[in-house]
Amino acid sequence: MEVVTILLYSLSSPVLSSPLPLSSLLPLPSLFSPYLLSSPLLSSPLLSSSPLLSSPLLSSPLLSSPLLSSPLLSSPLLSPPTSSHLLSSLLSLPPLFSSPLLSSPLLSSPLLSSPLLSSLLPPTSSHLLSSLLPLPPLLSQPKGELDQVGETGESGEYNVYSTFQSHEPDFDYLKSLEIEEKINKIRWLPQQNAAHFLLSTNDKTIKLWKVSERDKQPEGYNLKDEEGRVKDISTVTSLQVPVLRPTDLMVEVRPRRVFSNGHTYHVNSISVNSDGETYLSADDLRINMWHLGITDRSFNIVDIKPANMEELTEVITAAEFHPHHCHLFVYSSSKGSLRLCDMRASALCDRHTKLFEEPEDPGSRSFFSEIVSSVSDVKFSHNGRYLLTRDYLTAKVWDLHMEKGPVETYQVHDYLRTKLCSLYENDCIFDKFECVWNSSDSVIMTGAYNSFFRMFDRETGRGVTLEAWRETSKPRAVLRTRRIYTGGKRRRGDVGVDSLDFTKKILHMAWHPEENIIAIASTNNLYIFQDRVSPDTQGPDLGSDTI
Amino acid sequence: MFPKGTKRKFSDSREEPVAGGEDVNQSSLAAVRMLSSYSLQRQSLLDMSLIKLQLCHMLVEPNLCRSVLIANTVRQIQEEMTQDGTWQIMTQALSAANAAAQCSADRLVATEVLCRQTEAAQGEQVPKPFPVVGSEGCPAEEVLEEEEAAAAEVGMTMSTVSPQAPTSYLPGTFGMDPCWEEEETGEDDDDDEEEDSEECGSGSEGEERERDSLVEDTRTAEQVFGTFEIKNPAPSPDPALEELFSDVDASYYDLDTVLTGMQSVPKMGPYDLLESLSSHGPSPLSSSTSCRSDLNELDHIMEIIVGS
Repeated sequence: MEVVTILLYSLSSPVLSSPLPLSSLLPLPSLFSPYLLSSPLLSSPLLSSSPLLSSPLLSSPLLSSPLLSSPLLSSPLLSPPTSSHLLSSLLSLPPLFSSPLLSSPLLSSPLLSSPLLSSLLPPTSSHLLSSLLPLPPLLSQPKGELDQVGETGESGEYNVYSTFQSHEPDFDYLKSLEIEEKINKIRWLPQQNAAHFLLSTNDKTIKLWKVSERDKQPEGYNLKDEEGRVKDISTVTSLQVPVLRPTDLMVEVRPRRVFSNGHTYHVNSISVNSDGETYLSADDLRINMWHLGITDRSFNIVDIKPANMEELTEVITAAEFHPHHCHLFVYSSSKGSLRLCDMRASALCDRHTKLFEEPEDPGSRSFFSEIVSSVSDVKFSHNGRYLLTRDYLTAKVWDLHMEKGPVETYQVHDYLRTKLCSLYENDCIFDKFECVWNSSDSVIMTGAYNSFFRMFDRETGRGVTLEAWRETSKPRAVLRTRRIYTGGKRRRGDVGVDSLDFTKKILHMAWHPEENIIAIASTNNLYIFQDRVSPDTQGPDLGSDTI
Repeated sequence: MFPKGTKRKFSDSREEPVAGGEDVNQSSLAAVRMLSSYSLQRQSLLDMSLIKLQLCHMLVEPNLCRSVLIANTVRQIQEEMTQDGTWQIMTQALSAANAAAQCSADRLVATEVLCRQTEAAQGEQVPKPFPVVGSEGCPAEEVLEEEEAAAAEVGMTMSTVSPQAPTSYLPGTFGMDPCWEEEETGEDDDDDEEEDSEECGSGSEGEERERDSLVEDTRTAEQVFGTFEIKNPAPSPDPALEELFSDVDASYYDLDTVLTGMQSVPKMGPYDLLESLSSHGPSPLSSSTSCRSDLNELDHIMEIIVGS
């Protein structure tokens, strides 16, 4: 209730300096976040025309939900005040599946095309978001920085919400090796108050950050003046009620915890538990569980390091907690197996509760079979019943109740199967692609090369290839499907396998937990795609555009 | 690059009974071609993998997952080659070619697959890729001879590695240990094979083998993954080894850490058998102690190590 009061007050306050034609905004539902309106960031006239503003989508609970968990998209994109902008620039896309899926790329900024960033983005994904246009470009972003997306301008580009340096380069004196400041993973915590919390990790150290914003400040105290000095009591002739005046938005990001010295090997995953109090961090050979409030102690829950390192043949590649059961977690290995562990069984979960492994097809064995079977990412479905894994050539969906094999297998880029030798040579075979579920667990998405990414509809089993590349798609344009030419009739726009650019790889991506909004990290840019807004553009199902 | 299906074709063509008389030559010719192309592919893959392992030293710790996957690939190839018998052929060819003292077949086998790290600190990487050794092995032998001699010499040297001897060692016969030891016994029994290797200096050779098994068994993949370990329970230092390092300032490092291949200032890769045996610390490493000791002296050192 108080929030609404403040809002109304500030709307009518003459001090309100926002250039926004606030009257053009829709009448506020009571749930409407005050920040949205009072923020001077709302400069886009698109807002007034967007039908989405009146939708309950913009209610604060939604807005404040942590959007993205990918290293790239950790911005509070969909939380106030930015979500309104996101939603406002939409485009249309022919529905790929039964539900309209994506719309135009909201292209990200030229900021990320600075050489510094381009070299950092895919491996580090330290920069969350980018692109801005009216804000001055952020110069020389050093490594290890996190950016958060801000609002859009009229051209459909996003403004940086905040930038901060997450990690610094370090040096391990014992081994005489550098510890890079590049960020390996970012995870949001479930929001509990107005501030957002996120965990970010480099190879060795995990940090908890608090992101809070301030866009108002109280004025008109009776006993203190504007600078905070105590007033001379004799000058006070009347009493006034202090009011909150809007100021420029200030985003503060502060480190709250530093979890260090927990890992000997490189941390590859972090996952926040559903209990909201603990999280796990996984490196190549061990998984530790931490409490968010305790930095000097962690519990080792998985240790697959052999007594003799000579016998090492398998490493941990990814780990995640179950979305609902706080005692369950899964970890994947470089041999393509998944292990589900129940922490109630024992303190050290070296013995898995369930082992998910697909027996190898003896007919297709090659020298690269093992490398290609290494799982690069594992994700629980939102309902907690399925697991999605990504290995080099396929994406697989596993049912938690069936261990002997996946229930669905999707070929992401099977045309690479004959190119494995040269991909091994240029090290591309070791690329770790991420995979994501949509909010209803009906669609899965993963990245590929040549700035392509793939989406698979689980109900029909069909897949589609899309491209995240600003040269070929204009802002607010419909995203068209792409095809790799593998034989048969060649259509215009088909890309040959040999002309694929293996340096343009899409490793990181995220899907909004509730909406059909995705963020794709391409080499220098971050693309945000969204569901089509206008309902009349629902075309026929383009299921034929499958690969 | 060869199509993935080559392997199956290879085995299929081998197993296929010869159809008719006319086709005999053609099919056997095709089979031979398939065979050699497959083994060429396999060999080049092995070389590539070894180079990859060799090159993954850096200022930053190398990626353990990648290293493990490459090492598994190497192991897989070695196992296959051992089963095929090509491994035997290759090592024999190498041992025959190498008339120098340090030409134990086993040593060569080990050196063949060993990746050695050159001094990354100097920024000079001159990895010599292993020449493709086909079943014939003849033309490659000569090249290998030089390489192996250099490798052997460098391998023998306990002191600093010089960038001029860029052969690679993979300390470790990862999964090769079992087959490697089998070869030892196999070769012991086999007179023909023994002949060549014995020519190379029987006494030292046996010791070398023992030394190899000693050193490499105990320190093989520890070096490979040694960099990932700060502290390894190192095998108890051989007093003979202590003697080797007597001229080096012992206070500068701990023998245990040396043996576990811990990396110090010059950023050596983890797979450096030599580094682990030689002294650590900036001064010894940058010292220009000659790597090319007298072979006799090396024999003597080998004897000490083996503790005979």
